[in-house]
Amino acid sequence: MKSKIYIKYKDGILDPQGTVTNKALESIGIKKINSVAIGKLIEIDFDDVTKEEASKITDESCKKLLANPNTETYSFEIVE
Amino acid sequence: MKFAVIVFPGSNCDHDAYYALKNQFNINVDFVWHKENQLDGYDGILIPGGFSYGDYLRTGAIARFSPIMKSIIEQSKKGKIILGICNGFQILLESGLLPGSLINNKKMKFLSENVILEAVNNESVFTKKMFKGQELTMPIAHKQGNYIASVDILNRLQDEDRIAFKYKGNNPNGSISNIAGILNSKKNVLGMMPHPERAVENVLGSNDGKYIFESILK
Repeated sequence: MKSKIYIKYKDGILDPQGTVTNKALESIGIKKINSVAIGKLIEIDFDDVTKEEASKITDESCKKLLANPNTETYSFEIVE
Repeated sequence: MKFAVIVFPGSNCDHDAYYALKNQFNINVDFVWHKENQLDGYDGILIPGGFSYGDYLRTGAIARFSPIMKSIIEQSKKGKIILGICNGFQILLESGLLPGSLINNKKMKFLSENVILEAVNNESVFTKKMFKGQELTMPIAHKQGNYIASVDILNRLQDEDRIAFKYKGNNPNGSISNIAGILNSKKNVLGMMPHPERAVENVLGSNDGKYIFESILK
């Protein structure tokens, strides 16, 4: 079982990578994009856990270390 | 007076800090490895700059869980002097000893240059040898020095006179209110992005760092 964690900057926090990448997409003629945000994907692989345990461990990991609550938001999904 | 310079894997300003404290200001100083857990014999603790744990995950995020951090938090409660410079500042923020966060510089570039600071507070153990508004020249060397904080935190920092230094003239990294360094509420913990330990003799381009170290010694 795995969890996939998505971490991105909170709205309103400067994301220069996203802004520059958006401009680059525009410059190569890709249209209709409003904005681009660049964050992180973290995958955790589990040994032998239930889906519920995996979810609990992932949430605790995000809260204690993986995401900075001042600047980032996180979400995750558990995949079997 | 005796200082501990904390060494994490990836610290790279530890020797500069040691040199400044010992050779320029005659302070007894030991390197203390981050796996240690005892800091009782020291009057001050300096968390140096560098790239602790390779800046993996976020700057300072992993160093914050090193064994030594428990002792640093304990000593901070006892009112010991704690100075975090650059990556040291990032670690102090991640550990919650100081409020707010440091994010990427607004232009995403690593900046290595001299900046001019304005001394905003001159009543702390770190700043009492300065006058309010004094200009200090010091180098910066960072990519994540853009200080951000909520309006509440910012108001508190201002109301409690906890902004130690602001960038004067050119704000290099986009930090809110031009903040370059802040104090905790008891004013025994200072975190700052510029490097006073690299500005301790004229041959380095500036010796304005002495105002901080001489304040500590006073």
